Amino acid sequence: MPIKRHSLRVATTATLLALTLPAMAAPDPSDWQDVVTNAEGQTVYWNAWGGDTRTNRYIAWVAEQMQAQFDVDVEHVKLDDTGSAVARVLAEKQAGNHDEGSIDLIWINGENFAAMRESELLYGPFAEDLPHFSLTNASENPEVVTDFTLPTEGYESPWGKAQITFYYDSAQTETPPQDMASLLTWAQANPGQFSYPRIPDFTGSTFLKQALIELSEQDDALYQPVTESDFAAVTAPLWAYLDELHPHLWRSGRSFPDSGPNLRTLMSDGELSLAFSFYPTDAAVAVMEYELPDSVRSYVLEGGTLGNVHFVAIPYNSPHKAGAMVLANFLLSPEAQAQKQSLAMWGDRSVLDIDQLDANGQALFEQGERHPSELPADALSNTLPEPHPSWMTALQDAWLERYGVN
Amino acid sequence: MLRLAPALIIALLVLPVGAGLAMVVLPAFGYLPALGGDRFSLAPWHTLFAQPGLWRSVAVSATSGLVSTALALVIVVLFLAASAGTSVDRTIRRLVSPLLAIPHAAVAFGFAFLITPSGLVSRLISPSLTGWERPPDALIVNDPWGLSLIAGLVLKEAPFLFLMSLAALPQLAPEKRLQLARSLGYAPTIAWLKSVLPSLYPLIRLPVYAVIAYASSVVDMALILGPTLPPTLSVSILGWFNDPDINRRFMASAAAVLQLGVTLSALLCWWLLEQFIRTLTRRWLLNGNRQQGEIALRMIGRSGLLVSSVTALAALVGLGLFSLAGFWRYPDLLPQMLTLDHWTRSASSLSSPLLNTALIGLIATTLATVLVLAVLENEHRQHLQPKRVLWLLYFPLLVPQIAFLFGLVVAAESLGIRPQLGLVIAGHLLFVLPYVYLSLAEAYRRLDPRWLQVARSLGVSRSMAFWRVRLPLLLAPLLTAFAVGLAISIGQYLPTQLLGAGRVSTVTTEAVALASGGNRRLIGVWALMQAGLPLIGFMLALAVPRLLSAQRREMAS
Repeated sequence: MPIKRHSLRVATTATLLALTLPAMAAPDPSDWQDVVTNAEGQTVYWNAWGGDTRTNRYIAWVAEQMQAQFDVDVEHVKLDDTGSAVARVLAEKQAGNHDEGSIDLIWINGENFAAMRESELLYGPFAEDLPHFSLTNASENPEVVTDFTLPTEGYESPWGKAQITFYYDSAQTETPPQDMASLLTWAQANPGQFSYPRIPDFTGSTFLKQALIELSEQDDALYQPVTESDFAAVTAPLWAYLDELHPHLWRSGRSFPDSGPNLRTLMSDGELSLAFSFYPTDAAVAVMEYELPDSVRSYVLEGGTLGNVHFVAIPYNSPHKAGAMVLANFLLSPEAQAQKQSLAMWGDRSVLDIDQLDANGQALFEQGERHPSELPADALSNTLPEPHPSWMTALQDAWLERYGVN
Repeated sequence: MLRLAPALIIALLVLPVGAGLAMVVLPAFGYLPALGGDRFSLAPWHTLFAQPGLWRSVAVSATSGLVSTALALVIVVLFLAASAGTSVDRTIRRLVSPLLAIPHAAVAFGFAFLITPSGLVSRLISPSLTGWERPPDALIVNDPWGLSLIAGLVLKEAPFLFLMSLAALPQLAPEKRLQLARSLGYAPTIAWLKSVLPSLYPLIRLPVYAVIAYASSVVDMALILGPTLPPTLSVSILGWFNDPDINRRFMASAAAVLQLGVTLSALLCWWLLEQFIRTLTRRWLLNGNRQQGEIALRMIGRSGLLVSSVTALAALVGLGLFSLAGFWRYPDLLPQMLTLDHWTRSASSLSSPLLNTALIGLIATTLATVLVLAVLENEHRQHLQPKRVLWLLYFPLLVPQIAFLFGLVVAAESLGIRPQLGLVIAGHLLFVLPYVYLSLAEAYRRLDPRWLQVARSLGVSRSMAFWRVRLPLLLAPLLTAFAVGLAISIGQYLPTQLLGAGRVSTVTTEAVALASGGNRRLIGVWALMQAGLPLIGFMLALAVPRLLSAQRREMAS
């Protein structure tokens, strides 16, 4: 009997140890020095969409800096779809892998964030404890702590800003449409020369939301969960509009481009004359990379366009949380944010409140002359906030129901 | 040791696929505790059947699988019948094995750019013949009927079936059969169809079934060329598994089970078709008609495979042009300027994926070749007839990837096997091994046993005879099988991405990640890299035996 009791004690100790180990792997972000020490020598697997060489180049630059400054090895895991990273964490949870996950940091926002939060797949709160977080001046810029109306509650850290930006070939179109109504007239006059990515693509879904905000005139409802309003009534003007628009789209609306970047390829082939992107600098960059003619110009619709902030988050079972936090903090440094914003690197806008930075910090953000295909500096002042994430899913389902089978 | 080989090989292939399937079937019926599904239910199926366009997706998957296989088979058979021994035959033989090496995705990208309204073909005839200053607004790529998908599949399936037929033909002694038929007054093409084909088909039946299974569940080609509203079933499944709404996994699992059903039904359809055609052609085979249709069959036979091979090559040329293109306005046939920018910008990120690709391919293919040799040598030493149970070898080829890979990830996680290079190699082995077996088995069994008998009678041990006589004699088919294995490994996307958690990057995973960005110039660079690697393998497989035999001749003289 004593032997048994002894083995029981060993088992209890082992269990307790096992329970405390993961806690040791996640140092307290409020003790930052401890986090930095813990991070040394760690390898951080950063899962981020890899479809764009400029993003990839920036992440490669970040990896170099992290190695040199913090002795943290950053590996970019290139995704073709962020959803697959969500699926991966879920599969690990399903299999009971609670502390040896394969993902340390995810580039994420919107419905992916909402889904991961709901299933408790994220680690946190950590973001507001990051030393550089204060540079975002969150009290004045609530968008850095709000993701599609949901408060981030410290479960993801901001690192960039996107906003729907239209572009057209000024050699072929003189006056591009400035709102949804004139877009319809423009499409009727120029059949087959405009389209939007096939739902459920992210950029395509954003076009639906953009159109809905402008057409529905029930904006308040869009910022509440969809279950709290009469979906059919709110969206009726959108479907009426699309029914009218589709016959004049590329391929008469019988087929849609498969992604946002694909719109750019079709512009490049001369199939479209008007397109849009989530990255305000997209057209300028494409001109620099020979994808678009230099007569291309960018603009924002008169009533403003949808914009959002994108974030990084840490899965609950990441074994390298310290390294991931040091990386998230580095991404918020003026140095990293300024590099990201430069057209030669990526051209993604900063989430920092640049006016609040010291003179050295502000100097980092000064860029040379504006590229002719780029937006004027003040064009992005009118940003429409993203609706509640449940609207995105509901709109996607309804779209597929109506137009998913042709 | 050798005796264990068949059991080992079957365990290696069947267990992972079985475990993966189990982990998909459970959530398909509502059981997935991590998401709070702890009771069995039919709810996932109700949700699945309520998806708009589901049955269209199913229909497109099944028909594109069946039609593309039928077309590819007809093209190959008529070519063999019409061109045996001609100069076209020799040219095509040289062309076809490199085509087999080019991954599906690379061919699909190139082909799409060939036929799209702003593509190379349209540029070639515009504006001179058509007057088009802008590309016409016509739905060609991604057409709702799946025609461009079918055409793309044919481009890749024809070379595969052709090589499999070439491997099987010698044991039928087709020349003798033809001679006999010709002496009875049959025209050459008719003679081949009536005297060789009925014996050839049973030998290539298994590869044909593998092609149907592949084509009815293909993901990468369907993403690029297939219909979109709705897409094929396999593409929908991928989307559902990756949906941020995690509860979709139940429905995705049910859909994966449905995909298995669709593939099995397509195979069953084909089997019924076989029976039907057998009855239908019995009369024709015996009717004694010696000339009827000869000219038409010969014309189709000689041109079919040539057209499909040239199209595939043109697709590659298009990729090459794009990888060098500066700005390229429609309808210019050539870019305004050429630049090496896209290559130099990719160069810095090429090294690690290239290394991984080579490492995974070489290890997986070496393991596969060793195991296949062990099974075949065991069969030879025990004087066994090829066992029926070896059908199980083809299990991973007949069960659609999309149906079991997501489950396999969960199964591996539950066993505590973390994603890493080793797991990816094991995953590749699932697909490499059957193809190596498929390419090697016939040549191995066909080798004249008298060579070995002579060696044994000179007092050489069994293993010495294997190493010194059998392997050198089989060098050429061995190397071809190795090259096929490498090509299969290099083309794998889903197994690499899922089993390596994306951490193991290969040229193929990089190419697919970049493809989501739609930059054709970069896609050109990476698709060519992807096509170039296996091509090197095939060139080595052709060159090494020649070099060695030249060496031996020198030694002899």
